[in-house]
Amino acid sequence: MTEQESSNGYLTGSNLERVLHAGYFAVTAELGPPQNADGAVIRKKAALLKGNCDAVNLTDNQTAIVRMSSISAGAIVLQEGLEPVIQMTCRDRNRLAIQSDLLGAYALGIRNLLCLSGDHQTFGNHPTAKNVYDIDSIQLVHVVAAMRDQRVFECGDEFKGQEPRFFVGAAASPFAGPVEFRPYRLAKKVQAGASFIQTQLVYDVDAFKVFMEKVRELGLHEKVYILAGVGPLKSPGMAKYMKDSVPGLLVPDVLIDRMTEAGAPWAGKSKDELTKDDKKARAAAWQDEGIKICIELIQQLREVEGVAGVHIMAIEWEDAVKPIVEGAGLLPRPVVEPV
Amino acid sequence: MIVAEQKNLEEIKTLVGDAQNVLVVGCGTCVTVCFAGGAREAAIVAASLRMASKLDGNEKNVTDATVQRQCEWEYLDEIAEQVSAADVVLSLGCGIGVQAIAEHFPDRWVVPGLNTSFLGLPTEQGVWAERCAACGDCVLGITGGICPIARCSKSLLNGPCGGSENGHCEINADVQCAWQLIYDRLSSMNKLDVLMQLQPPKNWRTSRDGGPRKIVRADLRLSEEEES
Repeated sequence: MTEQESSNGYLTGSNLERVLHAGYFAVTAELGPPQNADGAVIRKKAALLKGNCDAVNLTDNQTAIVRMSSISAGAIVLQEGLEPVIQMTCRDRNRLAIQSDLLGAYALGIRNLLCLSGDHQTFGNHPTAKNVYDIDSIQLVHVVAAMRDQRVFECGDEFKGQEPRFFVGAAASPFAGPVEFRPYRLAKKVQAGASFIQTQLVYDVDAFKVFMEKVRELGLHEKVYILAGVGPLKSPGMAKYMKDSVPGLLVPDVLIDRMTEAGAPWAGKSKDELTKDDKKARAAAWQDEGIKICIELIQQLREVEGVAGVHIMAIEWEDAVKPIVEGAGLLPRPVVEPV
Repeated sequence: MIVAEQKNLEEIKTLVGDAQNVLVVGCGTCVTVCFAGGAREAAIVAASLRMASKLDGNEKNVTDATVQRQCEWEYLDEIAEQVSAADVVLSLGCGIGVQAIAEHFPDRWVVPGLNTSFLGLPTEQGVWAERCAACGDCVLGITGGICPIARCSKSLLNGPCGGSENGHCEINADVQCAWQLIYDRLSSMNKLDVLMQLQPPKNWRTSRDGGPRKIVRADLRLSEEEES
């Protein structure tokens, strides 16, 4: 979709790029690597996601908690026949480490990259760590796009052999402050070279429509594929926490009420009165409602002009992805053969 | 100014150790203004150490002296005698003062009584806030006079990140989002177009990352003749 497209019509030819390029409504999901060195965890989660999405994001020390590296987890995902999107934050690596890791990621067969600032380390389990932020997420997008399109390292040195060719993505947080600037910041990411965008979780579709209206006014929806972020609510408590404590998240009261209502048969009972089975049944009722809401959100977002797909973030709940994608009528996933 | 905070007495006692003659040296500049290490604080720390050592059963001889600036040799010359009479010098200067004393009096043991915190200003009575990271390549001209290197938790040059909410930073509701401040200021000055420019990766060589920094001004150097 830009003048830098290579001769086969694709920047990289990744499955995600092919699906988006062909005009299908794309589905990506998220896979959180474990806080240990067990590759079987990745394989298990990959099995839950395979066939239900076009590519899967491997988070990079998400919420600043040490986890298996996104690139290694991505390599395992590839072995499992699923396409990875590697997340890369600017928090933990300087420009040398970032570029070096990306050369390795490409050599391992990874083709999609999501460039992020990264959650500040004070949130995580190593709050006394030093952060890096040598470059920021927009600069990272530019560095990676230049590696691909101009075949240069950040310092300007030219590649002598194979350059890494990534389908480069970035995040957008439509509801974070200052809200008026958010579409323009998205424009900066597009200008820097982003080909796709995955947004922060959307629960307030009306507010998102306001954001998208401005995005369309700026013509950005024609320059970049925008995947709206969605995620199933697990409980009313989670919904309230997201509303009150997570920056850039709007959760309408009507959704919190729906979640609360789903647990109504068990309402009014004290903790001691609820049996183990009661709690299990209540959790299942909440989860069913959360999945139902998520499906509705996808259906509403699909109608918004300029939304090219959804990014499903079902953290530590990967088995919710299939019923969501299925419920939204997005199965089977399209197969677009490489040109 | 350089803003500092006093270390707690327990740590100071540990640093002073079993030295019998202790000289507490205050500094009359930045740390006086931020009430961390001026003449008044030097006298209080000296009295506290004296009292503490008495309670511990081995009363130390603790004196105090304050110079105009610990970071200039000529002011340190004024306390040369007191320094030579001390077993340990407890500097209530910033990190520069501590090192200046150690460099100027190489045979004396010097320990810090303060933690040097940041370059900043008092925003209200009793409150100091960071303003400058001394990165050596000032960006204030493109950020409306608000420094994202010192004041954005991620030092972003193309902010704000997704962690900005209601004007504050994701790390703490008490921390203002520097990029919200930058946005508001550029907006009020009709200069939002500045924010649309992609800022390239910063040259951190002029910051600490390029190694210890030094400025040599040939125009101010003395000739060999003048020096002799």
